[in-house]
Amino acid sequence: MRRFVPVLTVLAAILALWYAACVPMNIHSTVNLARVHGFEAMPEGRRARAEMGALQLAAMNPEAVPFVWSEEKPRLPAPHQVAGELWGAVTDFAPTDKRSLVFHAWATLSATLLGFAIGTGLGVLLAVGIVHNRAMDMSVMPWAIASQTIPILAIAPMVIVVLASVGLTGLLPKALISAYLSFFPVVVGMVKGLRSPDAMQLDLLRTYNASDTETFFKLRLPAAMPYLFASLKVGAAASLVGTIVGELPSGGGEGIGARLLAGSYYGQTIQIWAALFMAAIVAAGFVGLIGWVQGRTLHRMGLAR
Amino acid sequence: MSGAWVRPELFGGLAVALGFVLDWRLGLVLAFWLGAWWLNARLAATGTKAAGYLVPVVFGFVLLGLWELVVRLFSVPMVILPGPSAIWARIVTSTDLLWADFFQTFVLGALPGYGMGAAAGIAVGVLADRFGFLERGLLPVGNFMAALPIVGTAPIFVMWYGFGWQSKAAVVFTMVFFPMLVNTVAGLKEASAMQRDLMRTYAAGAGATLWKLKLPAAMPFVFNGLKISSTLALIGAIVAEFFGSPIVGMGFRISTSVGQLALDMVWAEIAVAALAGSLFYGAVALGERWVTFWHPSQRT
Repeated sequence: MRRFVPVLTVLAAILALWYAACVPMNIHSTVNLARVHGFEAMPEGRRARAEMGALQLAAMNPEAVPFVWSEEKPRLPAPHQVAGELWGAVTDFAPTDKRSLVFHAWATLSATLLGFAIGTGLGVLLAVGIVHNRAMDMSVMPWAIASQTIPILAIAPMVIVVLASVGLTGLLPKALISAYLSFFPVVVGMVKGLRSPDAMQLDLLRTYNASDTETFFKLRLPAAMPYLFASLKVGAAASLVGTIVGELPSGGGEGIGARLLAGSYYGQTIQIWAALFMAAIVAAGFVGLIGWVQGRTLHRMGLAR
Repeated sequence: MSGAWVRPELFGGLAVALGFVLDWRLGLVLAFWLGAWWLNARLAATGTKAAGYLVPVVFGFVLLGLWELVVRLFSVPMVILPGPSAIWARIVTSTDLLWADFFQTFVLGALPGYGMGAAAGIAVGVLADRFGFLERGLLPVGNFMAALPIVGTAPIFVMWYGFGWQSKAAVVFTMVFFPMLVNTVAGLKEASAMQRDLMRTYAAGAGATLWKLKLPAAMPFVFNGLKISSTLALIGAIVAEFFGSPIVGMGFRISTSVGQLALDMVWAEIAVAALAGSLFYGAVALGERWVTFWHPSQRT
């Protein structure tokens, strides 16, 4: 109880703020549609109304206020409108239908999963190389860190276009971007983790006459697990962002990113918000799943706190 | 160690020979790569301080050289991948344009959003630390939001604040706010019970405790957040421009140049973005060194 009450309070406050914010955000367009809604707009003329403050306009047109929460293309859709759109887009169509949000979410998630698998696999391999080879450590590591400062997302659309021009389309180009984004958190975390056994533990294995391979599988790899899971969570979030941005240039195509862009082109604000919440649900589910695996694994290893 | 290197060198030689048999260009590329690798391994094995700086620099130049070599030898078309020399030529000939784009995206879009987002994140973090109820409510929400694809809000902010820099600053603000909030709250927990007790024995009020103990103790965490967000800021500003921008800006230039297949321009913008991102990160890291000089990780 003690944990949930504050969270629920904050969420309720956010919802209340959201509903309240709909009034100043939407009042101008609502009053401009006064005739449709069946009341008289108070100051005559659009120009006069455009120059007025939102709250003043709302005070002069109290009968307009209820309509701000049910506009068709509001600047800020009300929470129940977003929820309704989300529910409708999920339940009204079969998951294979292009109008279904589940279809787009799956398009995004499958590319993300593929990219995440590629990025994580390569990241772990590179980390193993870095830990075992001094030259690799000295040359690759500074660049791996420097590359984190590069806004790699900015080239995501270009990568998609270029790969499409050499005949690569569909899942793989998007997956490559999300692989790149999940790659570096895994490398950095895994290197840290593989190095985490201290000198005493390494010495112990040396007294056992353990080979490098045995040291790796019996000490380094298990010790790296907590670090690996922490960076997997970061990488999962990053790879989802990568896929969504990678979907932007494929306007009208598949995926949450394409849905966002289409909504932005046609001013379908409710659709944008619904896509955004779908992305949030997918992200939360993905990160939550990793968290669950993390809990189970660390628990069985006796590492869970 | 030298004995262990015999085998890799043998393998390297075999790979180069095989490459030459298959395609002389492949052999050349492999020879260059492995030769440079061997040089780097030798440098790294010396273990001197100079080698620590030299090895990554050599590696960087080798990557560029390899890139150029592949592009030239296999005559990769410009519309797929321009070589570093072509990109450099483009950078030199269009510095004015690049500067204007940089100014619009970084100075007008990313920096104000970053500053405001960081300030707001720290302020709310301090409030949350002061009021336990707020912290228990805000922190799970903040943690959740920090993991979400917040760049997705870009189309909404572009709709609200127009195509100008204001919408980009708003996107950056939202992206920066949550990592800063989470890090600040974690940092404000850093002061130990003993230290807080000491402040109490000095009869220090909440304000003095915050200012003299908790905030300084939180600085390593705050700077961690600032470093994470420094990358996010530029990304947010560039991606927001994909959803609508004036006819200047790095994101605008990238998306239009991709459309014109002028990939050298795209790569020039990427080079600028990489440089700006690295310098920004470096500046924040310098600030960290200056502010948290007392922290173990900063002592050398």
